Amino acid sequence: MVAAKTLYDKVWDAHVVRQEADGTCLLYIDRQLVHEVTSPQAFEGLKLANRQPWRTSSMLAVPDHNIPTKDLAKGITDPISRLQVETLHDNCREFGVTEFNIGDPRQGIVHVMGPEQGATLPGMTVVCGDSHTSTHGAFGALAHGIGTSEVEHVMATQCLIQKKMKNMLISVDGKVGAGVTAKDIVLAIIGEIGTAGGTGYAIEFGGDAIRALSMEGRMTVCNMAIEAGARAGMIAVDETTIQYVKGRPYSPKGDHWEKAVAAWQDLHSDADAQFDRVVRLDAASIKPQVTWGTSPEMVLPVDGMIPDPAQESDPVKAGAIRAALQYMGLQANTPITSVQVDKVFIGSCTNSRIEDLRAAAAVAKGKKLASNIKLALVVPGSGLVKQQAEQEGLDKIFIEAGFEWREPGCSMCLAMNDDRLEAGERCASTSNRNFEGRQGQGGRTHLVSPAMAAAAAITGHFVDARSL
Amino acid sequence: MDPFVVHTGVVVPLDRPNVDTDAIIPKQYLKSIKRTGFGPTLFDDWRYNEPGEPGMDHSKRQLNSAFVLNLPRYNHASILLGRENFGCGSSREHAVWALTDYGIRSVIAPSFADIFFNNSFKNGLLPIALDSAVIEQLFRETEAQQGYQLTVDLPNQQVVTPSGQTFDFKVDEFRKYCLVNGLDDIGLTLRHADEIRAYEARRQQQAPWLF
Ligand code: SF4
Repeated sequence: MVAAKTLYDKVWDAHVVRQEADGTCLLYIDRQLVHEVTSPQAFEGLKLANRQPWRTSSMLAVPDHNIPTKDLAKGITDPISRLQVETLHDNCREFGVTEFNIGDPRQGIVHVMGPEQGATLPGMTVVCGDSHTSTHGAFGALAHGIGTSEVEHVMATQCLIQKKMKNMLISVDGKVGAGVTAKDIVLAIIGEIGTAGGTGYAIEFGGDAIRALSMEGRMTVCNMAIEAGARAGMIAVDETTIQYVKGRPYSPKGDHWEKAVAAWQDLHSDADAQFDRVVRLDAASIKPQVTWGTSPEMVLPVDGMIPDPAQESDPVKAGAIRAALQYMGLQANTPITSVQVDKVFIGSCTNSRIEDLRAAAAVAKGKKLASNIKLALVVPGSGLVKQQAEQEGLDKIFIEAGFEWREPGCSMCLAMNDDRLEAGERCASTSNRNFEGRQGQGGRTHLVSPAMAAAAAITGHFVDARSL
Repeated sequence: MDPFVVHTGVVVPLDRPNVDTDAIIPKQYLKSIKRTGFGPTLFDDWRYNEPGEPGMDHSKRQLNSAFVLNLPRYNHASILLGRENFGCGSSREHAVWALTDYGIRSVIAPSFADIFFNNSFKNGLLPIALDSAVIEQLFRETEAQQGYQLTVDLPNQQVVTPSGQTFDFKVDEFRKYCLVNGLDDIGLTLRHADEIRAYEARRQQQAPWLF
C-alpha cells in the first residue's frame, strides 16, 4: 500500500531531482517570478560568473515595489528607484525574460499578476525573491519566498537546495458569520498560533470555512502564512481552483488542459495523511479583526480591549507589549474602537484584488470620509484589476467618498515610493505587516480587512464594518 | 563567500523578540542594486536619531546613544545575541548583507525565521539556535561582563564561553560543508546538471503544460 500523503508531500515528491544522505534535496522549480528589488544582485551574480539562466520561459518579471501610484506620465522621479526599475528592464532584455513593464495593463504587484495571468498553476513549485510568494499556495502550489542568492541559484540551475519542512494542518471548521472575511480568518489564525507558530512548517489551510472561500479569499489567507512564520501556505485544489485558472493567458489549453485537470484532481491531502501538527479553529467564533501592535500576532477582535502588560506573566512578552504600546501610542485596557486613524490604505498583495475593492466600495458607497482622515488611498493590485474596477464604477464610488484612486503597485504597504506615513500617523491598512516603520518611519499600522479599512475611513476610527 | 571555521568575538545583546527584517534594514535602502554598503544602515531606525535616506553620509548622522549597538562597550562586536523568531518578515537578503557588512559573523538566538536562516548561510553568516535557558544565561553573562566574548567553533559545532563552558549546536551537514569551505552552491548544483536535465525530460512527459 502507498503511504498516505499530504498535499505538501505530493507536490514536494514530484519535484525532487536528487536527495543527499542528510535529506538535503535539489528541488525543481517550475515558475520563478521576479521583481526589481531582489533581483539586480542575482542577475549581476550570473553575469560575473558568466552563467546563463537555465530556462527563461519559467521566469516572469514585473516592477512593483518602487512604482509611483500617481503622475505615472512623469516617470519615476526618485533617481535611485528609477535606476532599480531600469536595471530590471535591462536585465530582462539582456537575458530574454518576459517583463510586464510600466504602462502595460498586466503590470502590478507580482503576487497579483502571477495568478491573474495563469502563470501560477496547481501543483507547481513557485518561487520569488519575496516572502509573500506564499500567496500562490492558494492554488495547491508549493510557493515560497527566497533570498537573492537563491534567486540567482534558481536562475542558474532551475533548482533550489532545500530540506523538507514539517506538515501543519490548520482547519477552520464550520461557517464564518456574515461580513467576516478571509483577512479576518487569517488574522485570527495568526493571533492563535503566533508569528513563529508556523516556523519550519508548510501549512495547509483546510476546513469548511476555507473551502467556502473564493480563490481571491484563499490568496489572502495563504499570503499571510509567512506572517505566521510558515514560508509556504497551501490549499487543496477543487472546482473553485480549476474554474479560476481556466482560460487565463498562461493556463494550459486544449489537450493539455484536459490532461492538467485530470492530474490536478489528486492535489489534496489523502484522508488518512498524518500532519506533524493540527490546529483547529471554530469559524463561527471569528469576528472582524484589528491589529493593535507591531507584530501581526498582536491582534484583537473588533470588540476587544488593548492588552495590559501587567496581566502578562512572561517577562519577554510583557516587555514586547510595553514596547508596542509605546510605539503605537496606545493605552492598555481601552477599546480598539476608540482609536482614531489618520490615513487609510486599501491595497497590497493581501487585499488589492477586485473582490477586495468591491467589499471596500460597498462600505464607502454614498458616504464621505470622516473629517479627521488626512488621506485614504485605494491602490489596485494590477492594471487589469484597475480596469475591471473602473468598468464596475468602483473608482467613482471611492472618489465621491473622498478616497484617492491610484495606479497599481505595492505603494504604502512598504512605502518604498512616495506613499507613506509620517512619524506618529496612524493607518488602517489592508496590508500584511504592522512592523515598526513599515509604512514610513514612526508610522503606526493597524491591519484590517478592506471592509474594515473603508469603515474606519468613513467613521474616522475603528468600528465593526458590519454595524454600518 | 568567506569561509567560516572558528570565530571569537565580542557579543552584543539585542534584547527583544521578533526582530524583523524591516528593523534590520529599512526599505529605503533596498533600492540599492548592490550587495555591499549596507553596514552603516543596519538597524537604521533604532541606531540614529533622525530618519535616514540612501546617499547620506551616515558617519555624520546623530547616533541614538541609548541603542545597544552604539554603547562603547559593544564596539566592534561580531556576535549578535538575540531573542525568539529573529529575522522574521521579508525575504530581503539585504538584512543579512547589512549584518555581515557591519561585521557580524554569527547570530545566536533561541529561534530564527526560516528565510533569514537560509539567507545567512549563503553569505557566511552563521545563525545558531540554542535553548532559551542557555540564551538567558548568555544574556546575563554578556550584560554582567564588559568585553564579553564567545568562541563559535563550527567544525566541532560548539559555542564556548570565556569560562570554558561549551554548548553544542546543530547544523546541516551540507550547509556546514559549504560554510567551512566557503563554497558557491551554484557551482555544486551544476555538477548535477545531467540529473536536472533528466528530471526535466521525465517531467515534460508527465506534465507537458509546465514547459
Ligand atoms: S504589496 Fe507589500 S507585501 Fe506584497 S509584495 Fe508588495 S511590498 Fe511585499
